[in-house]
Amino acid sequence: MSATIIRNGRVIDPANKRDEIADLYIADGKIVGSKSEIRNPKSEIEEIDAKGLIVAPGLIDMHVHLREPGFAHKETIESGARAAAAGGFTTVVCMPNTSPAADNPSTIAWIKDRAATVACVNVLPAGAISKNLAGEELAPIGSLMQAGVVAITDDGHCVQNHEVMRRAVEYARMVGVPVLDHCQDYNLVGNGVVHEGYWSILLGLPGWPAAGEEAMVMRNILLAELCDHHIHCQHVTTAGGVRLLHEARSRGVKISGEVCPHHIALTDEAIQNFDTDYKMNPPLRSQADVDALLEGIADGTLSILCSDHAPHADFEKEVEFDAAPFGVVGLETEVGLFIDLLVHKHRKIDIARLIGMYTVEPARLLKINAGTLSVGACADVTLVDPELEWTVKVDQFQSASRNSPFNGWKLRGRAVRTIVGGKTVWKL
Amino acid sequence: MSTGWTRKDLLGVRELSADEINLVLETADAFKQLGTREIKKVPALRGKTLVNFFVEPSTRTRTSFELAAFRLSADVINISATTSSLTKGETLKDTARNLEALHADILVLRHSSAGAPQFLASRLKASVINAGDGAHEHPTQALLDLYTIRERRGKIAGLHVAIIGDILFSRVARSNIFGLLKLGAHVTLVGPSTLVPREFEKLGVEVSYQIDDVLPKADVVNLLRIQHERQRREYFPGIREYIRLFGLTKERAKRLKPDCLIMHPGPINRGVEIDSEVADGLQSVILDQVTNGLAVRMAVLYLCGGIVT
Repeated sequence: MSATIIRNGRVIDPANKRDEIADLYIADGKIVGSKSEIRNPKSEIEEIDAKGLIVAPGLIDMHVHLREPGFAHKETIESGARAAAAGGFTTVVCMPNTSPAADNPSTIAWIKDRAATVACVNVLPAGAISKNLAGEELAPIGSLMQAGVVAITDDGHCVQNHEVMRRAVEYARMVGVPVLDHCQDYNLVGNGVVHEGYWSILLGLPGWPAAGEEAMVMRNILLAELCDHHIHCQHVTTAGGVRLLHEARSRGVKISGEVCPHHIALTDEAIQNFDTDYKMNPPLRSQADVDALLEGIADGTLSILCSDHAPHADFEKEVEFDAAPFGVVGLETEVGLFIDLLVHKHRKIDIARLIGMYTVEPARLLKINAGTLSVGACADVTLVDPELEWTVKVDQFQSASRNSPFNGWKLRGRAVRTIVGGKTVWKL
Repeated sequence: MSTGWTRKDLLGVRELSADEINLVLETADAFKQLGTREIKKVPALRGKTLVNFFVEPSTRTRTSFELAAFRLSADVINISATTSSLTKGETLKDTARNLEALHADILVLRHSSAGAPQFLASRLKASVINAGDGAHEHPTQALLDLYTIRERRGKIAGLHVAIIGDILFSRVARSNIFGLLKLGAHVTLVGPSTLVPREFEKLGVEVSYQIDDVLPKADVVNLLRIQHERQRREYFPGIREYIRLFGLTKERAKRLKPDCLIMHPGPINRGVEIDSEVADGLQSVILDQVTNGLAVRMAVLYLCGGIVT
C-alpha cells in the first residue's frame, strides 16, 4: 500500500473552488483528507516538495487521436498515452476515426483492453455518431455507451444531413451520452486546405471560408434547442463561431465549445512557405479570428482547452501541401502554449481558470469521475510550474510522431509531474 | 560570370525584387538577339543536365524550356506524370531525389499543387525552376509577359494593365500581378465576382466587374482562359453568359485604345474569352509572347544554372 504527501504546493481544485497553499495526501490511489488517514503504518510515505508549484487535479484532454486500431505507424495507444503523461494529462478522450472506425462495441472493447494493458494514463474512448463515420446511418449508440464510450462524435468528419444529426442527438439524449461535433459544412469547405482569406488568395491554395464552420455551429445550436440535449463544438476557430456560441449560451442553450492551442498561437500567415506542419483541420485562421477566440476564452464562451493531437508520420507529411494529411501533434506542447499565451502573454485568464478548463469543465461535460481533488477521488494529480521556461524540442517527444509547428518555441509554464491513481507516471 | 544573380531557384515572382526582374529581362535581350543569328546555340550550360518534370500537361511551356535548354547546350530529359513512377505511388520527394542521384543540375517542375517547387527546392541541391504550380505562380510566363510589354511599349511603369478572366484559379494572373506591381504598373482584374473575389484588392490591384469601363483605359489587356478542369459548376452560369459579360468580342475590342496590346498566355479558347479575329488581329502580341518566352527562359536557366551550391 502506497502513500504520498505533496507538500507546500498551491492546491487549485476548481471543482471545489479551492485555491490555497496546502499539503495534499494520497493513500492507496485515492485523495485523502489528512495525514492521519494514511492508515497503514507500514506504508512507505513518498514526500514530494511542491513549493512554487501548482497542485492541480489530473488534466483532461478530451480531444486526441491515438490512431489505434489501424494507424500504429502514426501513434499507438501506448506512445500516445506516454505523450499525454509528458504533457501533464492523466485522462485523454480518443477519437473514433480509427480503422476500423470506433462505431461498434467490439472496437471500443479492443481500445479499452489495449489501454488497460499498455497506457500509463486513463484512455476513454469516444464512439462514432454514424456507421463508418459516413454520416448516413446511426451507429449503435446505446451499445457503444454500454461498451464504455464517454461521448459520441464523427470527429474528422461531420454529419452533413441535419435530419441524421437531429436523430443522433435525440437518441444520445435518451442514452445520456454527450455529442461532440467537428463543425464543417462540406459544400462550403469543398476541397479547401487553408483558411479562405488573404493568404489563400496570395498563394493560390484552395481556401475554406469561416462560414463553413459557422454554418454547422449554428446548426448545432438549433438542434441542441430542438432536442434539448448538449452538443459540444470541437475546435472552434472562427469569430463568427464564438459570436454564435456566446449568444446561444446567454440564452441557456446546451451548447459549448473548445479551443486548440495552434488556433490561438498562429494565424494563416504561417502557411506561406507551404510547410505542411501548419496544415490542420480546421485551418489556421486570421488575426481577427484569433482575437475573437481569446475574448471567447476570457468571457467563458469557450470553456474547454484541448489539443486535437493528430499524429502523422514524417513520410506522410513530407509531400505536396494539397496532398498532406491535416493535423498536428499537441499533447506535449499544449499546456505550455496555453499558459504562456493565455496567462502570461495575453493575460486573458488566470492559471486557476486555465486548470478549470482542463479539469472540471471537461469532467462535467463528459460526466466522468475525474478532474477534482475531492477527498475520495482517484488520485490523478498534475504538478504545474507556471513560471518554468523551456524550449520545445520535437526530437524529445514521447509521441511516435513529430508533426509540430512549435519546434524551438520558448515557452513559460509546463507540467512537471503527472500522477495517475497515486503513481507518478512521468516527471520532468 | 558575375551577373549579380544569387538565386539557385526561380520559384515565383513574389520573391523577386524589381532589380532582379530587370536583370532577367536584360539578360533575355541578349538571348533574343542570339535567336536571329545563323548559329543559335551557346555553350553556357554545356555539360549540365536539365530535367523537364511535368506532372501536369503542357505543350508551350515544356517545349519552350526544352528548346531554351538546347540553345544553351544543356542535356535535356523530359518526364511527364504518366511516364514517371508517381503513377506507381512514389512520392514527389523520392522521384526528385532519384533524379538528383542521377546528377540532374536543373529541375523544371510543372505541378498541380501550389508550393510543390518550394517543397523540392528546400530539399534538393539542384536548381528548381517553377514552370507552374497549381493556382500559385508561373513566374516565367509573367516574366515573358513583362518582357513583351516592355519590348512593345518601352516601359512598364505607369501603364494600365487589365487582366481578364479566371483570376482565382490562375497562376499566370498571380505572377503577373506581383511582377507588374513591382515594376510600377496599374493593374485591374476583371471577371465574374466568383472568380475575382474582392480579396484580391489587398494585393494592391483594382477589381472591376464592368469590362466595358475598363477596356478604354487599358494599355494592355491580358486574357486568361476559363479553366474548365479546375472549376466546379457553380462559379458562373455558363459559357454563353460569360461571353456576354466578359468575352473580348470584336465589338468590345473597338473600345480599346489603338495601341493597346492584346495578350494571352495560351492555350486560347477561340470564341470564348477572345474572338478569333481579335486573337489574330494587329493589336495581338500572342505569338510574340511565345517567341519571347524562349529568350526569357534561356535567361532564367542561364542565371539560375550559373549558381553553384
